[in-house]
Amino acid sequence: MSRGMPGWRRLRGLIRKEALQIMRDPSSIAIAFVLPAILLFIFGYGVSLDAKNVPIALVVEEPSPATASLTGDFQNSHWFKPRHFSDIPSAQEALRQREVMGILWLRSNFTRELFSGGPAPIGLFLNGVDGNTARIVAGYVQGVWGKWLARYAQDQGRELGLPVDIQQRIWFNPEVRSTNFLVPGLIAVVMTLIGALLTAMVVAREWERGTMEALLVTPVRVREILLGKLIPYFVLGMGGQILSVAMAVWLFEVPLRGSLWVLMGVSALFLVAALGMGLLISTVAHNQFVAGQLAIFTTFLPAFILSGFIFDIGSMPGWVQAITHIIAARYFVEVLQSVFLAGDVWPVIWVNSVALVIMAALFMGLVRLRSRKRLE
Amino acid sequence: MAYKATSQAPALMFSEVRKGFSGGGRKVTALDGVSASVKRGVVTGLIGPDAAGKTTLMRLVAGLLLPDEGEITALGLNVRRQPLEVQSSLGYMPQRFGLYEDLTVQENLDLYADLQDLAPRDRPERYEQLMHLTGLAPFTGRLAGALSGGMKQKLGLACSLVRPKELLLLDEPTVGVDPLSRRELWEIVYNLVEEQGVTVLLSTAYLDEAERCQEVILMHQGKVLDQGKPQKFTDTMAGRSFLVTSPKMNKRHLQRMLGEAPPVLDALILGGGVRVVTKQAQEPTAADLGGEGGDLSIKAVPPRFEDSFVAMLREQGQEAAPPLQPSGRQCSEAWEGPVIEVKDLKRRFGDFMAVDGISFVVEHGEVLGLLGANGAGKSTTFRMLCGLLPPSEGQLQVAGHNLRKAAAQARQRIGYMAQRFSLYANLSVRENLRFFASVYGLGGQRRRERVDWALEEFELADLAGATSGELPLGYKQRLALATALMHEPEIIFLDEPTSGVDPLARREFWRRINALAEEKVTVLVTTHFMEEAEYCDRVVIMDRGKVLAEGTPEEIKLAQKTGENPSPTLEEAFISLIEKNQPNLQKEQAA
Repeated sequence: MSRGMPGWRRLRGLIRKEALQIMRDPSSIAIAFVLPAILLFIFGYGVSLDAKNVPIALVVEEPSPATASLTGDFQNSHWFKPRHFSDIPSAQEALRQREVMGILWLRSNFTRELFSGGPAPIGLFLNGVDGNTARIVAGYVQGVWGKWLARYAQDQGRELGLPVDIQQRIWFNPEVRSTNFLVPGLIAVVMTLIGALLTAMVVAREWERGTMEALLVTPVRVREILLGKLIPYFVLGMGGQILSVAMAVWLFEVPLRGSLWVLMGVSALFLVAALGMGLLISTVAHNQFVAGQLAIFTTFLPAFILSGFIFDIGSMPGWVQAITHIIAARYFVEVLQSVFLAGDVWPVIWVNSVALVIMAALFMGLVRLRSRKRLE
Repeated sequence: MAYKATSQAPALMFSEVRKGFSGGGRKVTALDGVSASVKRGVVTGLIGPDAAGKTTLMRLVAGLLLPDEGEITALGLNVRRQPLEVQSSLGYMPQRFGLYEDLTVQENLDLYADLQDLAPRDRPERYEQLMHLTGLAPFTGRLAGALSGGMKQKLGLACSLVRPKELLLLDEPTVGVDPLSRRELWEIVYNLVEEQGVTVLLSTAYLDEAERCQEVILMHQGKVLDQGKPQKFTDTMAGRSFLVTSPKMNKRHLQRMLGEAPPVLDALILGGGVRVVTKQAQEPTAADLGGEGGDLSIKAVPPRFEDSFVAMLREQGQEAAPPLQPSGRQCSEAWEGPVIEVKDLKRRFGDFMAVDGISFVVEHGEVLGLLGANGAGKSTTFRMLCGLLPPSEGQLQVAGHNLRKAAAQARQRIGYMAQRFSLYANLSVRENLRFFASVYGLGGQRRRERVDWALEEFELADLAGATSGELPLGYKQRLALATALMHEPEIIFLDEPTSGVDPLARREFWRRINALAEEKVTVLVTTHFMEEAEYCDRVVIMDRGKVLAEGTPEEIKLAQKTGENPSPTLEEAFISLIEKNQPNLQKEQAA
């Protein structure tokens, strides 16, 4: 009892100090709340695989009710912003000037050939400079075209003769928004940065200001110093996590199909791992600038590229896939995507949670091993 | 009896302690076989210039570093084996006080009380004691970051002592605080020693503080030169110090002449004359000193601690450099009036007035010293004079140019040596010189000539290829001065040029400044070494953004003469000036 008392008092003192500093110095609060909000905004809106309001040129050589109906569908689709051109050369000029992303060409025989079962009566030119977007636009065009065709056939009381060119390279379903799978993954990437930055920066700040030196000479134990950092920033980080989830659900309208408790539980595991990475960084980086740089390069960038949030891990070369196993964000991305979109898929949650526990234990263990009550 | 035996054992014992640091592919020896002991219940000063190894030694005792070789015993405990036990019985104040600037005075105390396991029931009494000791009671609700340097230092001390300790380690507590706060700190330290029997180990680079210690360990370049009572050091110098004055000669000429005289070990300007230390304990005659019949008056003066340090270094074979030959260059007087004219100059940073309406002039070829503690506004004033920082209000003429309108023209005539020497650490000596010459628009033949001149003049030729970051401090300082002189400026600004260098390097530096003054170069220098201010023609004393006094060192001292102290030193005069300025100050702080 008497042995435990001072340790508890010291820890409480450290936590109280940290809480006061968090309240007075807005930088930690900025990292925990403003940074995830900004990153989610930027990436949530910017890194979208959806094409919206794509400017596209429409060249109708021989207007008819059928072409009017089809161009009307393009007009009404929020994917496209069509502009009418009278002939192909002027449309091509607009394509070259990058005023339009592509040209949809309805040839003079369009209406005639429509149900004849011949080759596809519409032509599509795309600006292939941005290949990714071009492919997506092609998908959308096919989507609009397919839907229109089905409806038109129905209206005309005819069976659809399947004249559509089935050389589709990408399967695309316009009902699924890329935001739905991007934002949950993004939360993992953003929380990696937040967690690592919080601890790395505040410990570096103590070194920079010379307070760590004074702290180390007191009877405080290393584990108390570490817990004194981990506990307050865990609370702060969970606040950031709640904000991110709230933004995902309300701002980006991502459906949350699994349970919130599972989500928060796994987030807590991941946050310990991320804070541990930050503490590990702080054992080498004793000034805030270096600590910040290291946090970005060793946690954020690998998480961005190798967590599978945007680039599919399955299509990476084998050795890169092997590396992804030490990226904590990878496991978190999987859990987040399935809890958000599919619900509580327990096999996925268990496997990844165990992996996160191992990662957290690994980082905290390394931190404990590398931390001494000494300056070198 | 056992108790008595342990209490008489030294508080600290160092035996053959060695410590090196490696970094950047080379190894630096910080401590090279240090053996010393610290007696219980007294104040021991760990004295030496920067890089002597003082901080490393302190950190070894505090258990923050492990020695490579040797053993340290603190309060009978082996520091290597029982670091936690040692740490719980010592108080340690690191160089930057270890305070949380965004916590209040009270919150800092509470934190350290928690960390030091001070039971809550004992706190009120201890807090009251400490607040009484440090005079911080009215400020408990203030953020530590908003305290003045002197108050921070006292709070740092209170935090390291929040639980009564047997041993107190203070690492350079007096750096950068004004002389008044320094004096108060010494009073607190002696209070602790006398009333609570604390053992204090205090490091300092100010040699004059040695005389305030009961015991001294003198260190230089990782080695202990000697240990003992300060008396022991000054006793060896008895009968070797004299003040030489001459009615006819300018004090700089006099210093140069005396420096060349064979019996003289050291010659320094002090007041209106030159203080010499002789090689033997024998009063020199005017003829010995190179003077002609009756033009020199020689008076014996008491020895100082620094004399013995200089003597030891010289005996180790560090010869005094030969005096510089005047170059014969004379700066032109291309414009009318004073070289620098400052009128009602103000500089605001947010709500804070860093410089609050100062006025002074500097005449052609004058050496002007700008004195004051950290935060007095010296560096801000300097940056405005160099055109690096625009003033908020007021007028500023440098070399006949209004700095607001023609900063570029004025800058061509200015040389600036920044605090901490702005050198490119990974460039060689020659590359630094070449770079700074180019910056000032020198090229081709002219640049080559100036680089060669600097290498020779500053005795850097052998080191031309050395990486400047690896040079010893004294050489860095020389190189920094050389880079500021590449374009032969007519005005030169030196910001804390000698802080931390050893006394020989400081003498060497001033020898060059004197040579510049003889070329009629105008020199502006900031310093917090009061002794150094004696070498200036005139000084301006600043405190909290205002000029408190201005005049020759003699005039300043004379103005503060009192019945109790008929011949104050410049430091005493400075303290009394600041004290007179204090009543207003205390009102402001309480508000």
